[in-house]
Formats: sequence, C-alpha cells, structure tokens
Amino acid sequence: MGKPGRTMLAKIWDQHVIARLSEDTDILHIDRHLLHDLGGPRGLLDIKSRGLKVHSPELTFATPDHAISTAHGRAGTSKIGQELLATLRVETSASGIQLFDIDQPGQGIVHVIGPELGLSLPGCTIVCGDSHTCTHGGLGALAFGIGSSELTHVLATQALIQRRPKTMRVRFEGKLPPGVTAKDLILALIGHIGAAGGTGHAVEYAGSAIRDMPIEGRLTICNLSIELGAKMGMVAPDEKTFEFLRGRPYAPQGETWEQATNAWRQLPSDPDAIFDREVVIDVEKLIPQVTWGISPEHVIGVDGHIPDPRSVDDPARRTAIETALDYMGLKGGAPIAGTPVDWVFIGSCTNSRLSDLRAAAEIARGRKVASGVRAWVVPGSENVKREAVAEGLDKIFTEAGFEWREPGCSMCLAANGETVGPGQRSVSTSNRNFVGRQGPRARTHLASPASAAAAAIAGSIADVRTVGR
Amino acid sequence: MPKPFDKLTAVAAPIMRSNIDTDVIIRIERLVGNSVRGTLGKWAFGSLRYLPDGSENPAFILNREPYRQAEILVTGPNFGCGSSREGAVWSLQEMGIRAIIGSGFGDIFFANCFQNGILPIVVDKEIVDSLAADVEATQGAGRISVDLEAQTILSPSGKHYTFEIDPRRREGLLQGLDEVALTLQRDDEIRAFQAVDRAARPWIHFARESA
Repeated sequence: MGKPGRTMLAKIWDQHVIARLSEDTDILHIDRHLLHDLGGPRGLLDIKSRGLKVHSPELTFATPDHAISTAHGRAGTSKIGQELLATLRVETSASGIQLFDIDQPGQGIVHVIGPELGLSLPGCTIVCGDSHTCTHGGLGALAFGIGSSELTHVLATQALIQRRPKTMRVRFEGKLPPGVTAKDLILALIGHIGAAGGTGHAVEYAGSAIRDMPIEGRLTICNLSIELGAKMGMVAPDEKTFEFLRGRPYAPQGETWEQATNAWRQLPSDPDAIFDREVVIDVEKLIPQVTWGISPEHVIGVDGHIPDPRSVDDPARRTAIETALDYMGLKGGAPIAGTPVDWVFIGSCTNSRLSDLRAAAEIARGRKVASGVRAWVVPGSENVKREAVAEGLDKIFTEAGFEWREPGCSMCLAANGETVGPGQRSVSTSNRNFVGRQGPRARTHLASPASAAAAAIAGSIADVRTVGR
Repeated sequence: MPKPFDKLTAVAAPIMRSNIDTDVIIRIERLVGNSVRGTLGKWAFGSLRYLPDGSENPAFILNREPYRQAEILVTGPNFGCGSSREGAVWSLQEMGIRAIIGSGFGDIFFANCFQNGILPIVVDKEIVDSLAADVEATQGAGRISVDLEAQTILSPSGKHYTFEIDPRRREGLLQGLDEVALTLQRDDEIRAFQAVDRAARPWIHFARESA
C-alpha cells in the first residue's frame, strides 16, 4: 500500500504554504484578494495609517457593491455610501489596485465578477472581506471570507496565517427533478446537517448531480457553504470549468492556458482520498425548497408544513421553533405554500447570474406580478445586466411588473437603504433569512430564482412546478 | 494591536439560543463607514436589546443587573455564525466582553475574536449548559473565572474544567501579538515564494502596473 490519496484541499493548500508555523497552521500565499466598498476602504486606510504599502496590488482587485444604491443612476446612495466609494477610488488608485467602477464592465457583486472576469481560477487561493467568498470554490479554488484584521494582513503581506480545516465531502447523486435547482440542493443539505454541520470543515461537493451541473449552479452551491458553517466549499474543476473560463479577460491564454489546464487537471481529489466526514444526498427525492424560519437550516419542501412546536419534545428545539415562528409571523402546522408575500427579491451573490435571471424570466414571461407585491430583479454585475438586456430579459421582467435594477448587493443585506419593511414578508434568492437581515423586523424566505418568480406571480409562496397549470 | 489576555474573573451572561448570527450581534448599517469603531457597544444585540420604539427590552439578559456588567458570555451552539463582519467582535468588545464560552462558533467570527484579544472557548455542550445553570442559580452574582495560561474554567459553584486551544493562538493572546508585524518580518520568504511560484504558475502572477 502506498500513501493514501490526497484531497483537493490538501493539494491546493500545500501548493500555497510559504512557511509552516505548526503541525496544522501555515502562512499561505493569497493569489487573489477582492475588495469591496464596505471593507476595502477601511483596510486601505488602516494600511496607510500603519505606514505600510499594499504588498501585491497586482493581485488585488476592487469593486463597489455593498453600499451603493441599485436604483437607476445610483440615486439614493447614502452619504456614507458615497464617502466609502470616494475612499475606495482614491485609495485603490494610490495603491495601484484595479478598480471596476460603477457603469463599467467588471463592476458587480465581488463573487459574481471574480468568476466572470476569470480572476477566480482553479487551484488558486482567494480571499475577500465577505463570508460568501466560498462562492469561488465552484471553480475549484480555495476561497474563503475573512474579517477586517485578516484583510489588513493580506493587504500588507499577500499572505495569511491559517489553520488547516477538516474535510467533508458531500455527494449529490442523481438527476435533478423538475423545478429543483442548485439552490434547492444546497438548502436541502443545510436542512439535513444543520447550520453548524460544516463548522471547521472545508466542504467538497461531488456526485453525479454536481458533475452534470453548469458552473453557475456550482457557484450557487458553494456560495451557501458558509450557511452550513463551512467557510470553504469547492467543486473539482473539469472540462465544464475550463470551457467556462476560456477566453475570459483575466484567464490565461495561449501556451499559458495549456500549462494552466494541465495543472488544473491534477487538482481533483484522488479516488482513494479520505475525508473526515462524508454525506450523500439523493437529489431525485428532492422538491423545491423554501425556508420558514430565521436560520437557513429552517427549510422544508414547498409542499410541506411549517413545523409545529407542540409536536416537538426537546424543550430547546421547541423554544427555537417558537421564537422563529413568532418573528416570522407564522403558525406551526400550516402549509408553507399560500403564505402571502409583500416582496420578491431576485439577486445577490447566490442567485444573480445570467442563468438565474433566465430561470426567473421563464416563469415571469407573459405573466404579471400579483397586485400588492413589489418584485425586484438586481443583476449581479454590469456584464450580467448587459447580457440579460441583449437577450431581452429586462423586458420580460418589466412587462411582468418586476423592477429591473442596477448591479449590486441591494436588498440581500440592507447596507444601502434598500430594505424590506418592518413586518413585511419577502421571498428572496439571497442567502440569509436571519433576524433583520433584509431590514429591521423584515421576514425572509429563501428560495431559488424560479421559485421566487413564482411567488411574485402568485402573490404568495408557491410551488414553481405548478405555475401555469 | 490586541490587548494581552491572561486571567479573568467576571460576571457571565448566558445567551443560550442556537445560531445567534453576526447580523443579530451587530446590524450592518452600524458598520457602514470608515470610523465606526468606538460607536458600536450600545448597538450590540440591538434587535434583542431594544424594543421597536428604541427603549430597552427588560426581558433581555444584558439589560438586567448584574448581567449589565458581564465580561463573559456563555453561548448556545453556533454563536457568531454568518457574516465575516469583524464589527460583531468590536461591538461585543466595546460593551465589555472579553471571553465567550460556547460549544461551537462560526469559523470566521472565531478567528476574528483572536484578532481583537477576545478569548473564545470551545467546550462540550454539557459544560456550557452546566456553567449557564450555575450562573442562573446565583442570579448572575456568581462569577466565572477563566485562566488562559492554565487553560481552566472555574464555575460559580466551584467546578473546574479544562479547555483546549490552539497553542499558537493561545500564545498570541497571552502576549497580545501583532500578526501583521510578525508576518512582515518574513517578507523575504513571501517574496521568494512568489518568485518560485511565478515560474510554476505564471497565470497567477500579473505584471504590476507602474504606479
């Protein structure tokens, strides 16, 4: 017997070790550092106040997304949002960092533009001061979110001290049933193993459903890794990955492309690699998912019933369900479908790519948003917006009564004044149904783009499989 | 640079709900801006601490004596899950919290604590529950003691527990080390790595714009 096989995590990790600090902790090289308007300015000012320079500005890229308005003409960006943008412009320019500014191709949600521009590549380490950086793992990268202190550390050193996580493999097996999307798969997994099920782990997603899945779906899957508690999620790069990246502005070209793809083919976990934990999900048994509570683990099939605390014996779980139902204004035991909604939000780093907008548009086409519902579509990037307009998706949405907006994070995290009102209910394609996430006392139900569009049309949480029947 | 952490004997407040996320610890709009540090203490746990009219919620533990004086939190599973916002740690720090004892934390929140001289301690859920019960039995009057050097916790009723911690992180907290300065001392190694890596993976290393 030879040495046991290596996981993709181990292969990428080992390739980035600058120095070993202990048995499980290393100084890692960071290949790509993405800055946004919320955390970037603070980090750049921090560096300056310490009398330091950005170590590798050519590996650092910035774009405004969090604090800018997504209204036309960016009307309504707050004074502080404007100040942040101004600081981002001044400090990136002074440091020699490429900024993708508003209205320019390349601007957008950091986790949409990284893959779209070919900045995010298989086998590279990517960090950003945002927990959804795990998204980029969909291309086979080792990508994770960091806090402000680590952000400053990366700006100053292009390196980061990290403890090697445990490994988990999740295999999604089978063919996706009608109406079931990448978002439904990952929500179902979170429901299955819980919001802390992946804590301390790097998760590798595998199985036939992942192999068959287009890259944008894999990005959605990896995006929600952090809602499992895992700060890193990844999918082995394959021919689909290479086709996705070929010709993108920052992807390698010519001979370097050949060299890179040869290297990338070595990255997938060896067949005999051992993971600390394995989970298998039979996707053929799944139906479209929707959350009912205040954690992404509070999720059920859209044909299901809201949990009834009276039928739960464990007092801690019962209290947790009661707290969630009280916040959400829902009754235990009632069917989730048919719950009236005030808002629908289609956007965010989870579900704002072209394929997401196409899926939503397919439901919206020729139909009308129910009266009393406000429905927004916020494309993930300037490029997504332009491609969607070229296909006429914006027309489909606006004719159906959706608002078509400018790219940014928008209502996902309410950092820019774009909020769901107190007590109002939204079906959102974003990633967090936390208390107050979309605004103080806002009630969020997470779902796929198609399910969100179906809710907009029905005026209530709806089973996308029955729309139009 | 973080303040060193050594020993602490303090009022502890149990906040035992599962999955308290960083949005609940500090709302995002409190963090929008470059100079928010120092303003965050009163906004920690805003949605739990204040009623919709802005007045204090008397039912929330940190609005009651002696828990207002708490320097230790005893927390339910998965405390600090969610967003990477370091403002969650800053807000706790600004309200006087120096140590958090729980059965598990969000990975990014956990790392952010160490960066700010706050000690997050992971122990079995049974120990967390027992500490919370001990504190509640004394209506919060009983103090919890934490000794980082010895890696021990002393409960209000006199029970001793030990805890595990990454030795490197323990050392960092005990000494209040500045990681940026330490890593910068090894810049020659970083640059050597980049030079070798540039040859191996040229697609990673772009040319630098002349600034």
